[in-house]
Parts: sequence; structure tokens; C-alpha cells
Amino acid sequence: MSEPRLSSLHPGDSAIIRAISADEGLHHRLLALGFRIGKEVHLIRRAWFMGPLQVRIGTTEVIMRRSDADKIRVSRQTIQ
Amino acid sequence: MKCIALLGMPNTGKSTFFNRFTGASARVGNWPGITIDLMAAKIPLNGQVVRVVDLPGIYDFHGFSEDEKVVRDFLENNRVDLLLIVINGVQLERQLSLALQAQQLGLPSVLLLNMADEAKRAGITVDIEKMAASLNMPVAWISAKYGEGFKSATAVIAKALATSLPTDPATLRENLRADDEIEAAMEKIMVEAVQIPKTMPKGMSSTLDRVLLHPIFGLPLFFLIMFVLFQFIFTLGKPMQDGMAWLLAQLRNLALEPMLASVPTWLQGLLLDGIYNGVGTVAAFVPVIILFFLVMTVVEDSGYLSRAAFLMDAVMAKMGLDGRSFVMLLMGFGCNVPALMGTRIMRSRALRLLTMLVIPFSLCSARLQVFLFLITAIFTAQAAPLVLFSLYLLSFATALLTALLFKRRFPSTEPFIIELPPYRLPTTRQIILRAWHEVRHFLKRASKFITLGVVAVWVLTHVPGDVPPASADTLAGHISAWLAPVLSPIGIDAQLSVVLIFGFVAKEIVIGSLAAIYGLEGDSLMGLMAQKLDWVQAYSFMLFTLIYTPCLSAVATLRNESKSYRFMFASIVWSLILAWVVSFVFYQGARALGF
Repeated sequence: MSEPRLSSLHPGDSAIIRAISADEGLHHRLLALGFRIGKEVHLIRRAWFMGPLQVRIGTTEVIMRRSDADKIRVSRQTIQ
Repeated sequence: MKCIALLGMPNTGKSTFFNRFTGASARVGNWPGITIDLMAAKIPLNGQVVRVVDLPGIYDFHGFSEDEKVVRDFLENNRVDLLLIVINGVQLERQLSLALQAQQLGLPSVLLLNMADEAKRAGITVDIEKMAASLNMPVAWISAKYGEGFKSATAVIAKALATSLPTDPATLRENLRADDEIEAAMEKIMVEAVQIPKTMPKGMSSTLDRVLLHPIFGLPLFFLIMFVLFQFIFTLGKPMQDGMAWLLAQLRNLALEPMLASVPTWLQGLLLDGIYNGVGTVAAFVPVIILFFLVMTVVEDSGYLSRAAFLMDAVMAKMGLDGRSFVMLLMGFGCNVPALMGTRIMRSRALRLLTMLVIPFSLCSARLQVFLFLITAIFTAQAAPLVLFSLYLLSFATALLTALLFKRRFPSTEPFIIELPPYRLPTTRQIILRAWHEVRHFLKRASKFITLGVVAVWVLTHVPGDVPPASADTLAGHISAWLAPVLSPIGIDAQLSVVLIFGFVAKEIVIGSLAAIYGLEGDSLMGLMAQKLDWVQAYSFMLFTLIYTPCLSAVATLRNESKSYRFMFASIVWSLILAWVVSFVFYQGARALGF
């Protein structure tokens, strides 16, 4: 996979945010929740039926739809 | 180019103001000294182009949250000609500090008191001149949401900008040095002395989540938990309700009847059989409603509602809604009015309208009273919780069906991102406050709608006075004869159809009206209902009551929140049609099957 997205992570994976290509409204919302370039995100679980993702960033847990998580490019990181 | 910076506490409507003030021209941009992007726009103001930048919402100039640091860094590195401080006009005592801090730092500022509409409703008045003089900065009222006061505020801003002296970043850096030193010291201590594990330890929340958000069992578990809670409310509430009814009957027999023995018979009838029985029968349900809200408060404050949003989002997305709409539906179980107002968190108007269209189908606590009464009267104790639960499921089903049918009219692409709080137990104080709030709410409605409604029903069913009460020759009899062609196919008789008319105003009146019509209360009224109605009729009546409209307050809220009479009427017409069709299908179907 050349360009992994937050939405393509598996439960239990961690990754670093590389770029956020969202419109301004979503961008602001993400910033407010702590989504910044260079920060580490951790995918906790995916809901059934193509439902939302549960993501942890810092100490904050967030749920977001896959379509929104698609807009966040990440680089995978192996857990040390 | 002159630069105006916009500052305020979070959730004061600062961004709403920014959007309105700058039109749609804003874009994200980089600023010296800070690492995050800020929204900014160039707008013409009084013949010159000025740049307006939206700073992050902060509580305190000297605070140490990330956003507070961003604001300080911005001011220490960028020349600003004017600071617009937006504060919530309803929370002046908490937010005025920001303006005073700006004044102390010598920042050229204009203070905008937002939410003028809410402040007016709350009866808050401000002596603008006096406030401006003591703050040494111009002050203006605005309503960012409705655009009120924008013209005069813009004039005030333009005038202030013309005479203001730009800030000097170097001086500010000097004035804020103490804060920066604390910041640096804090960072040093954090690095040297505090260890934060890279992955958070698996706490209680994540263990609970593993069970409650299970990919397969999560949703069945949610419905099971809800069912157990309703069973709990019903089982515990029944004796409380009986006790309350007994107390009210004692009060009538021992105190009110002897006291009113000397007044004319008709007045005695109105006061005792009408008002006292009516309000009393409703009041008997207050303990159950309090219990209901106690349980809801625990669920709401526990953080489980956000989990419900997570579980249900996939389903809701198919209906054109999202997980938040589901949470609002659940909130609507308490009362539809705050749930309707809660949709304000949605930015997309289409999503908001669609959610507002489905919320009235939420089985609110007022409707719960009606159902508790009829279910207790007509069904066995074993069947009762199941019947009630089926009504809750139908409440959902009608909401989802409505969304499914109308989603094409309200298309939305709003992102769905919400914070998931850790699980918490609510404090006793929170719970007690909530219960008290509900009692007060009931008393308020009792003093307004319920008493008036009960009196009106009593008059309709007792005028003219020379015929038997509630018979075909009374005013109510004429009205129900007129409604009979519509309501008899769904099994609703003459007396019940009068009750339904008043149920439009407030569902609490429904049971009170029955008491007023028959001059009975509590157990004897339940006995009569059990004689008059079989279970098919009762269930059909409950279906109709569930769906046909919430209440007048909810209708008024629909209108206020949507700003559209058309939307309000469409919502009423749709629920009336749906209510009739559902009841018709059920009633005729059950009869055809031989029940």
C-alpha cells in the first residue's frame, strides 16, 4: 500500500499522521480533537457493518466514520 | 494591511460570528510563531481591506492549554490592530474576565456581547455605556446566530479600528514573559520528572468497551440493557405509583370533601371530579417519571450514550442520519423539546431537519404516563413490561421509517466525529438535581397546561348540565360525533377522541381528562377503562397517542429551531397520517385475526 489512510489500519495498529486533506470545517474539528501532523494515532476497533472507527489520539478517544478517516493519511509504525 | 483578531471562550458563537462577519471568504493560513493553521479572511471595512483572523477559543490569556499557548504565541509574533472579544452575553460573570485581561495587557479591543436573543429572553440587560467606560473599550450587543446588531457592531468596529494603535509584539512578549517562563518550566519538569506511558494502560473503560462495543454482541446487549432498565422502572415504580394514588385519595376523602361540602354541586364537581381527579391522576405518575429520569441520568452521564452512537451509526447512516441522531432520539425518551434543541450541534441543515423530523416519534415521559396507566389497567403484570417495550420499539421503528422515506429530501455529507468519554458514575448531587428538575417541570406544566386542559375537558363533557356527563348530547359528544368517521375505524370511541384533541396540547392531560370525564380517579378509573376497552382497542389507542403528535411545546420548538412553518406543518401532517395508518392496520388486522 503506497498511501495508507487512517481508515485502512487494523484494530491494534498505531500510525503517525502525515497529512490531513479535509475541508476547513472538518479540519477545525480534527484540530480541536488533537489531530495534528506528526501525532500518533491508535486504531482501537471498527464497528460492525462498515460502521465508525474508534481511534485514540493522546489520551483522547474519538469515534469517526470511515469516510472521514479516509481523509487522514498516515504512515504505519511498528510498535516497539 | 490592518489586522483584526477574533478572540473568545470556546462555544460562545465566535466562529458563527467569524463566518457571518467575513462571508464565505475565509481560508486556512500559516502565521509566524505558531505551529497550527488559523482561519483568516480579507474583507472590505469602511473603504479599506482588512485581514480578520479567528484565534482558537480560550478561557484565559494566562492559561496553559495548547490553545492558550497558541493565542499567546500569535500575539507575541504578530502585530494586531484590533482585538474583537466575543463573549456569551448570558454568562457575563464568567467570561468578562477575558475582556479585563485584554484591557490589562493594553490590547486595543472591542467587546461583542453575543447571544443577544438568549440574554433578552433571560431578562439580562446591560448598561452598554457604563460597561464601555469601565472597560475602556467599545461594547456592542450582537446575535451571531440571527445576525442581529451586526450593522451597528460593524460601525463600532470600523470606528475603533480607525483610531486604534497597533500592538507591539515585543512589549507583549515582555508582559507575557511570566507566563512563558512558567510554560518553559512546566515543560522542563514534564520532560525530567514525569513519565507518561506510550500506550495508555488498559483501564476499566477499555475492558468495558471490549464487552459493550463487541462487534456482534454490542447491539443486542444495548437493547437488553435498555429492556432490563425499563423492567426495573416498571417493577419498582408500580408500588410507588399505588402509594401516591392512595395518598391522593385519602387527601380527597378526609380533607377536601368535608371542606367543600357547602359549595354548590356543580362547583364541587368541577373542583373535585374535574381538577383534583385530573391533576391527581397525573401526579400519581410523578414518582415513576422521577425514577425514569434517575435511570436516564445514570445512562446519560455514564458515557454509554456515546457508545450507543458508535454502535448505531452504521444503521443510522442507511437512514440518512448519524450516531448523534440516535442519541437525540434516546434523549427524546425524556422529553422531545430538549432533544430537538440538542440538534443544534449538527452543522448541516439537512441532517438537522431530518433528525428533527424523527425526534417527535420518541416515546417521551409524558406519553409514558398515558401508557403506564392504560397498560396497568388492561394488561397482566407479566405482559405489562413487554407491552411497554414493544411501544418503545415501535417508537424507533416509526422514527427510522420516517427517516428512510424522507432521507432523499435531506441529503447531507456532514462528517461524524465525536469524542468518546471514559465511563463515569454520576454523582448523587447530579442525580438529585435532575430529579428535582423533573418535579419542578411537572409542577410548572401542571399549573399551566394540565389544569386548564382538565377544566376545558370537564366543561365540554358537562355542558349542557341537564344531560348525562360525556353523553352524545354534550359539547364533547358533538365533537366526537364529527370525528367518529375517522376514529371509529381504528377503535377509538367518543370519549377517547375528545381526550386525543387535548392530548395535542400536552400528553399529561390525556389521563387527567379521562379522570375528569368519568369523575373517577386511580384504581376505580383503571377498573372502568378495563371494562370499556379490550386490549386491541387499548393498544390501538396507545399507538395513535404515540405517533400522532408530541405536544404543543414540541411543535413550537420544531418551528423555532427550523425557522419554518412549512417544516412544522409537514411534520404534523406526516405524523397524523402515519398514526392513523399504523393504528388502522393494527386494529383491523387484529380484529380480522379474531382478537
